[in-house]
Amino acid sequence: MPAQDDMREAMLAAVPNLRAFAVSLCGDMDRANDLVQETLLRAWAHQDSFEPGTNMSAWLFTILRNHFRTEYRKRRREVEDADGGYAERLTSPEAQTGHVEFGELREALLQLPPDQREALILVGASGFSYEEAAHICDCAVGTIKSRVNRARKKLAEILTIELGQGTEVEPEILIRRAV
Amino acid sequence: MPQEAERLEESPKGRLSRDIQRKIGQQLRAMYTDVVNEGVPDRFADLLRRLDEKEKQ
Repeated sequence: MPAQDDMREAMLAAVPNLRAFAVSLCGDMDRANDLVQETLLRAWAHQDSFEPGTNMSAWLFTILRNHFRTEYRKRRREVEDADGGYAERLTSPEAQTGHVEFGELREALLQLPPDQREALILVGASGFSYEEAAHICDCAVGTIKSRVNRARKKLAEILTIELGQGTEVEPEILIRRAV
Repeated sequence: MPQEAERLEESPKGRLSRDIQRKIGQQLRAMYTDVVNEGVPDRFADLLRRLDEKEKQ
């Protein structure tokens, strides 16, 4: 059945990008792999809902994103502590992902609200257009644009906040220390 | 006044924030690509093969 083989090939080809998206969302490689696995199972079970000729990658990203959001809400209810902080933030991303060099950036990403985080990753790293990202997140294009802008601003703030912005430090040094 | 706006654009603070944004964008893509380059772990190829076989039976 050639259509099914095509489906399998297309899903396999999307796995590397799905993993990168998932770990950027949750900051934990084990959990990211579980998210991808669940995405593939759901996609396989609902092959009929994929419209041939449309973007398979965007369809899979949508499934992963929705699954993450449902899980995130569930987890938040479970781990929300008295201060309203989340246990998720207490874990060290580099210890969990094995990618030490991007530890600070990953940690900063996790401090963004999830809607800003997903928008920034989809547009700034996955390479989707604002229109595609809006489709994946089921919101207006203008909403995605403003989320991406706020995410960029906030990320720069987090990464430079303790580095004495506004002092006499040379910009190049500040940037190197910031990122 | 456009000239005024241009001068503001070129202020050290504006340049700094633009440089930081560009650098963060690069780092974000590098971080992402790092994971993409790991390719497809065996568990996912195995999973899809199993699903495929099950359906073909």
